[in-house]
Amino acid sequence: MIAQKEAPPAGPSGGAPQETFVLNLGPQHPAAHGVLRILMTMDGEWITRAEPVIGYIHRMHEKMGENRTWAKFLPNTSRIDYLSAMHYTHAFVGAVERAAKIEVPARAEYIRVITSELNRIASHMVWWGALLSDLGGLTPFLYAFDDRELILDLFEGICGARLTYCYYRFGGLCNDVDDDFLKGARAFVKHMPPRLKMYRDLVTDNIILRKRLTGIGPISADMCRRYGATGPVIRGAGVAYDVRKVEPYSAYPQFDFKIPVYPECDSMARYLVRMDEMEQSLRIVEQALDSLPAGPVMGKVPRVLKLPPGDYSYAVEAARGRFMVRIVSDGKDIPYRVRLRTPSFSNLSLFEEASRGMILPDALAMLGSLDLVIPDIDR
Amino acid sequence: MSAIVQNLLGPGWPWVRLLLYLAGIGAFVGANAAYLVLAERKIAGRIQRRPGPNEAGFGGWMQPFADVGKLFAKQMMIPPGTDRLLYCLAPLMVMAPPLICLTVIPYGENLVARNVDVGLLLVFSFGSINVMALMLAGWASRNKFAIISSARVVSQNVAYEIPMLLVVITLLMATGTLNLNEIVGQQGGWFWNWNFFRVWVNPLMPVTFVIFFICMLAETNRAPFDMAEAESELVAGAFTEYGGMGFGVFFMAEYANIVVGCSIATVLFFGGWQSPFVVLSGPVFGPLWFMVKLYALVFTVMWVRWTFPRTQFYNLLNLSWKILIPISLFTLLLTGAMMKLPLLLHHLF
Amino acid sequence: MTTIAAFKEVCTGFMSLLTGMRITLGQFFKPIITVQYPRQTLKMPARFRGHIRLVLDPETGKSRCTACKLCERACPSTCIAVDGAKLEGQKTKSVTDYRLNFTNCSLCGACVEACPFDAIEFSKEYNVVAFTRDAFDKMDLVQLLAARREAWTQNRPPEAPPAQLAPTPAPPPAAAPSPAGQPQTPA
Repeated sequence: MIAQKEAPPAGPSGGAPQETFVLNLGPQHPAAHGVLRILMTMDGEWITRAEPVIGYIHRMHEKMGENRTWAKFLPNTSRIDYLSAMHYTHAFVGAVERAAKIEVPARAEYIRVITSELNRIASHMVWWGALLSDLGGLTPFLYAFDDRELILDLFEGICGARLTYCYYRFGGLCNDVDDDFLKGARAFVKHMPPRLKMYRDLVTDNIILRKRLTGIGPISADMCRRYGATGPVIRGAGVAYDVRKVEPYSAYPQFDFKIPVYPECDSMARYLVRMDEMEQSLRIVEQALDSLPAGPVMGKVPRVLKLPPGDYSYAVEAARGRFMVRIVSDGKDIPYRVRLRTPSFSNLSLFEEASRGMILPDALAMLGSLDLVIPDIDR
Repeated sequence: MSAIVQNLLGPGWPWVRLLLYLAGIGAFVGANAAYLVLAERKIAGRIQRRPGPNEAGFGGWMQPFADVGKLFAKQMMIPPGTDRLLYCLAPLMVMAPPLICLTVIPYGENLVARNVDVGLLLVFSFGSINVMALMLAGWASRNKFAIISSARVVSQNVAYEIPMLLVVITLLMATGTLNLNEIVGQQGGWFWNWNFFRVWVNPLMPVTFVIFFICMLAETNRAPFDMAEAESELVAGAFTEYGGMGFGVFFMAEYANIVVGCSIATVLFFGGWQSPFVVLSGPVFGPLWFMVKLYALVFTVMWVRWTFPRTQFYNLLNLSWKILIPISLFTLLLTGAMMKLPLLLHHLF
Repeated sequence: MTTIAAFKEVCTGFMSLLTGMRITLGQFFKPIITVQYPRQTLKMPARFRGHIRLVLDPETGKSRCTACKLCERACPSTCIAVDGAKLEGQKTKSVTDYRLNFTNCSLCGACVEACPFDAIEFSKEYNVVAFTRDAFDKMDLVQLLAARREAWTQNRPPEAPPAQLAPTPAPPPAAAPSPAGQPQTPA
């Protein structure tokens, strides 16, 4: 196997300067997952420099936050990273609740955990399918979507939307879950383990996939820290950093779950972290369903929400890493500033350094293992 | 029947026969290319738990016509800056080798266009031209993705010709002839006489077949070895700049090549037109058996494609140079030893 | 890597490939799970968020909207424009014009939550098709209501429209959920 660290092959004899060319990957490229554009300076198939060009789907979410009331920004939160919309709404709602000191009923917190974890599984399934289709295997994508559909059906049943849920409200949830959801969630928890085993047999243990991911795209813990990469990327580098454990929020402290950590730093480690996370999420969902308290799902919220002046933040562990909302209030009903710290942006930033000297397909495999959502980068 | 026509035409008969075969092969390749695309989409659909194309015609059976109609309706565009001659030549070159190769394949006992004594040699020599065509297509397109693709194609095909030929030599040592019809003739009787099961010639015969199959996938640029057309890396590889029927011809050639490869595998390993159980053989059932075996292999090719992710380029080369070539060399030696050992023992004692 | 280890890797690798092929072949023979859309359609759950529409009061056959404009104010996308007038012999205003700019609507449901009279609800319509752009950016909800009123007058007494956002059990998904919901063949 060609190690990544090896220098690109020398130029023609006589030490003439190596000829490089610029390959413009994207914004319309099958591996670009939307509209990511990467300017690659290539030496043959070797990347000497890969510069991500972002901003093609910039929608000014932060600016939009500054000119509408707190509640009106809620629909935006599910559109930043549409694959883990629940987490993003959770962070914004959490920040406002923290600022306005709104009590959230226990039932609402539990349901938030259940839906967040189901959303994490759904998001990882999309990643799994997309990674495999990046690697040229299209069938797993459909299998993953088959299972993801179950989650989306559940979400559609409780909040009416399949992707941009907008389910959480300041102080609770927009409506309570029904028996169908609880039954469906239980059925899903039972349904998944055999499917995960099938995923493992079909893909994880597959020699071709192992060869393509093992040892490819090393991202060290140090690099993660320098770029602020979080989520499965840093956990695949051997650091047990998970917001759910480090800065516990919502009802997470009440559940028993592990943070999967793999020290190999390569794409396979990141892959395995996510696969294990799906199992852990199922465990959390099961526990939360077992201990779901009764009661209201909406706390006491003032009719006109005005936050006391100050600077508040709330971080959640989104499917791609640490998502933090920082809000600055000047006492009005409109935020002074809404800052969104999105994980994909940091995770992409290290691509330039990590992909140096890599061969093109490996770089794309690594890009796939970072699990990027482009609107999350540009926001 | 054919004897009457033969007498009627007299000396002109060989020519008529050749023309008939050419027309037949052309139709065979065309129908295969069209309907294998549909079959592949249907198979992919079933594997992915969806029905596949089912709107055009009766359950999707008219889909190939719709596809071809669409491709023909498209504008033939030659992008500026391309090498026009080579750009136009490549689709022709890619289609010619499979057509030629099919002339020597025995579909039935007497159903072979040219019963050439060096049939196998002809197949492999023309089969290699395929690489040239893809390389030209990539090079003439003046596209960076296409250039990378053509570089990949060349090194991949060079790497996989070697184990493939070594495997074929192993078989030749067992059969002693290059005439494909004779090779099939030797595998008569029950199915254990097929080369695939002839472990007394070489206990590694199934392994030999697996190597042949892998090499065939690599030579035809099929997944998981579709380096040339790695759509998630190189957009469409060497065909990126082709549109309309230019692209369509490459697409057809891919399936024609699969048919050639699977035909060769059928002939070499699975007894061609021979019936597996003595009965139900003859001029009618022979071609039927051939088709059954051929399409079973074609199905396997598609099944493999829709199961695995694509290999990485250096893994592909590693597989060839570090695994397939040593094993095929070993089988070659083993076959040689097993064939000559009795002779040697006879001489010694 | 020693030769034995390499040999082992080749064997296990080959076996893993066979396992994968076994799985896909197993899936090959299983039934299709997709919904053949134009022929089969899915039943939308009770809480499905389609475009909003005015609630047809089953008793009066009219809208309950009083044109209080709370929905207009609650809308984050400013896509609602309501106009009302006091009709003769009525104490409250009633809606005369309700325009939804559906191209801007983000289907968040803030308007439905804001309505104090339960006068707007989500439609279950997900095939919103039209030939003109105006049908979307100037969706006339009053007119749509009038169209429904005709049906209402024809078959009185009508069934009560489902109460919105009430915790009534939604029909799907079943206990053993079929992945794409439950396909239904239109009668």
